[in-house]
Amino acid sequence: MLLSEEFGASSSTRRRETSRALCAKLTRALNEKISRSADASGAPMAQRLLPFAGVAALLVTWDLAIRLSHTPLLPGPVAVGRAIAELAQKGFLIKHVVASLFRVTWGYLLAVAVGVPFGILLAWYRRGGLALAPLVEIARPISALAWIPLAILWFGVGDLSAVFIIFIASVLPLSVAAMSAVGGVSSVHWNAGRNFGLSASEIARRVLLPAILPRLLVGLRLSLGIAWLVVVAAEMIAVNSGLGFLIIDARNAGNRYDLVVAGMVLIGTIGLALDAAMRSIERLPALRWGYASAAGRAA
Amino acid sequence: MIPAREPVPGRMKLEIRGLHMTFRAENEVRVLEDIDLEIREGEFVCVLGPSGCGKSTLLNIVAGFLAPTAGTVKIDGEEVSGPDPRRIFVFQERGVFPWLTVEGNIGFGLGRLPRRERERRIAHYVALVGLQGFEKAYPQELSGGMKQRVEVARALAVNPDVLFLDEPFGALDSITRLVMRGELLRIWRAEQKTILFVTHDIEESVQLADRVVVMTARPARIRRIVDIDLPHPRDLSSRRYLELRDGIFEEIGLAHRI
Amino acid sequence: MTARRRLEAILLPAAAAAVLIAFWHAAVQATGTNVFPSPAAVARGLAELARKGLLVRYTRDSLLRVAAGYGAALAIGIPLGIFLGWRPGPARAANPVIQILRPISPLAWIPVAIVLFGVSDLSAIFLIFLASLFPILVAAMNGVRGVPAMYRDAGRNFGLSGTALLSRVIFPAALPEILAGLRIALGIAWIVVVAAEMIAVNSGLGYLVIDSRNAGKRYDLVVAAMLLIGVVGLLLNVLIQRVSRLRAVRWGFREEGA
Repeated sequence: MLLSEEFGASSSTRRRETSRALCAKLTRALNEKISRSADASGAPMAQRLLPFAGVAALLVTWDLAIRLSHTPLLPGPVAVGRAIAELAQKGFLIKHVVASLFRVTWGYLLAVAVGVPFGILLAWYRRGGLALAPLVEIARPISALAWIPLAILWFGVGDLSAVFIIFIASVLPLSVAAMSAVGGVSSVHWNAGRNFGLSASEIARRVLLPAILPRLLVGLRLSLGIAWLVVVAAEMIAVNSGLGFLIIDARNAGNRYDLVVAGMVLIGTIGLALDAAMRSIERLPALRWGYASAAGRAA
Repeated sequence: MIPAREPVPGRMKLEIRGLHMTFRAENEVRVLEDIDLEIREGEFVCVLGPSGCGKSTLLNIVAGFLAPTAGTVKIDGEEVSGPDPRRIFVFQERGVFPWLTVEGNIGFGLGRLPRRERERRIAHYVALVGLQGFEKAYPQELSGGMKQRVEVARALAVNPDVLFLDEPFGALDSITRLVMRGELLRIWRAEQKTILFVTHDIEESVQLADRVVVMTARPARIRRIVDIDLPHPRDLSSRRYLELRDGIFEEIGLAHRI
Repeated sequence: MTARRRLEAILLPAAAAAVLIAFWHAAVQATGTNVFPSPAAVARGLAELARKGLLVRYTRDSLLRVAAGYGAALAIGIPLGIFLGWRPGPARAANPVIQILRPISPLAWIPVAIVLFGVSDLSAIFLIFLASLFPILVAAMNGVRGVPAMYRDAGRNFGLSGTALLSRVIFPAALPEILAGLRIALGIAWIVVVAAEMIAVNSGLGYLVIDSRNAGKRYDLVVAAMLLIGVVGLLLNVLIQRVSRLRAVRWGFREEGA
């Protein structure tokens, strides 16, 4: 439809006819797809549209709530959409998103490099686990943000502080995930490894690592989610760019709540994308076997 | 809870006519075809067939959990339209509610009774299935056989007319299975229920049933109905038992030399 | 656990803690820092807080906020989650909304909270509510959806339907999963309260962390506050783990102490 509008107003008849034929073809293809998909899945078309209906309902409620409450400060969905466009136009969108992703990547990867082996060791050496697990349990509830004063003390205000905070936030959940993944390896598999004469390092490489992978991935995904939550918070306080900074700065520097909510929407979307990316890794056939038994509780 | 009717042996209890069942998933799967069956009051009937042939589906339809694609099921002359406490389904021991004790499970359907009556019944059925002393235990503390007894007791406590059992002893070891079969027969004679029992074990069907309904593979039809004219208690070494058993082996087309 | 193992379980962590503290002390001495506190300084800081009555007061303030926000999340999340788990239609509509809102850090909501509630307790409570709501909601949804059909069928077989079925079968069966979500949500609530207090209010342990630094670089109090946060968080976790060990729900938790 858009094509014909664009072309129809100011072009020759030939273009108009071509575009109309194109539209007709598109519409026909669309209709075919809709009817075919309804048949194949057996679910009525209405049911498949429900998710979109839900999102649409949310947007409408949001819009109405803003209008009805006459809040001059909080923006409606349209204003937020425009704010995102504005950010994109001025080049800030990319800049802030990249800054946040950069910090998450570094902090998270460092946490994986330290936390996963640590967790595996804790589970492998019973005494080590007994000794250190309670200490881990005490350190875990300490929000990474409580480390901010120390981070600023050691690293000053800047990227390094933010990366440190993210590292702190992710390293313990990762260790615990690795620990519990090792604990979940069936003793049948351990024994089979020993039965076939494998040395300790061979068992680690050929039995342990593949066996813990599904559960570990779930833990990695959840920790990535935590890291993403924390980067936002870390940026609110310790640095000068990134989505978290955007949110705080937009408010402080002029009550631009449309930018604030735009930041929130971006955060949510990227968080969702990261989660979806990790889930698709979990679905690889080489790993999918682990999901009947692995932490099905992690939604 | 509906008070049980006095069982009248010989009267028709369950009537299945022209039953068909087709599942529509990716493609159509015809599971049951043309099932006609009559079961008399107080009878013990086994439905025998290989795994996956559809006999569980048949049981689910008769119990009212599934609607058939075609055909009727009538119990006491009434058409079956859904599950009913007068006809209790006994699943494998996984059907026991893990958040309730043995007492809690057995008393599950007895909510409407006055407390003293309820306690009396629970005690009676705990004794009937031989679980005295375990009233306050939780299912996770019990063995598979014990859990199965809890489930049978729970089913019996509401005094149903008909019991449906879907391979109830499948998860148990073979020694426990023999014991449980004896228990089931003892309870059946004491309580005079009509029982429809699904199994894939030929020996089990001949040991338990008055009649064995032998099913084909999917789509399942009734191949033959065998009358088991053995008196109780059944001698598992008697000539007649072996004859009947071998007859079914042959019917299914199995050799009996490995 | 044998006596020796029990001894190990206490001595080993104590030993590890002692080693850590010794290392910390040595590090402070070796680097000659005059800002970062030594273990002794932190202990003195804790004593100071206790003397001034701030220890109890700030801990209580933080805990009260958690109680309010978490409690609200419980009151809304569990019924809503059960409803969505029970009815697939509304669930399909609500699911994308939940999936979009979930990854938004509760801290990103801070500006919205401030606009709606100003710098006040209500802001912090709102943030805690938001942060705890999603794990609880999702756990309740998944818990209900994951109840084996067998339990539902057994419930229906005994004549239950509607609210009776939900309260006597579905809810108890879903409870372990719901409790797992409650435990996660409590952990998150505790983390968020600390963060919320850093920004939106003027009391509590989170505030103590930030204020100790801002109002005079009292890093001994900063670290003291951090330790307190850790210990209280641990206690909350232990508390809810105790609940999971009740026999009526223990069946749903196969591994302990994870």
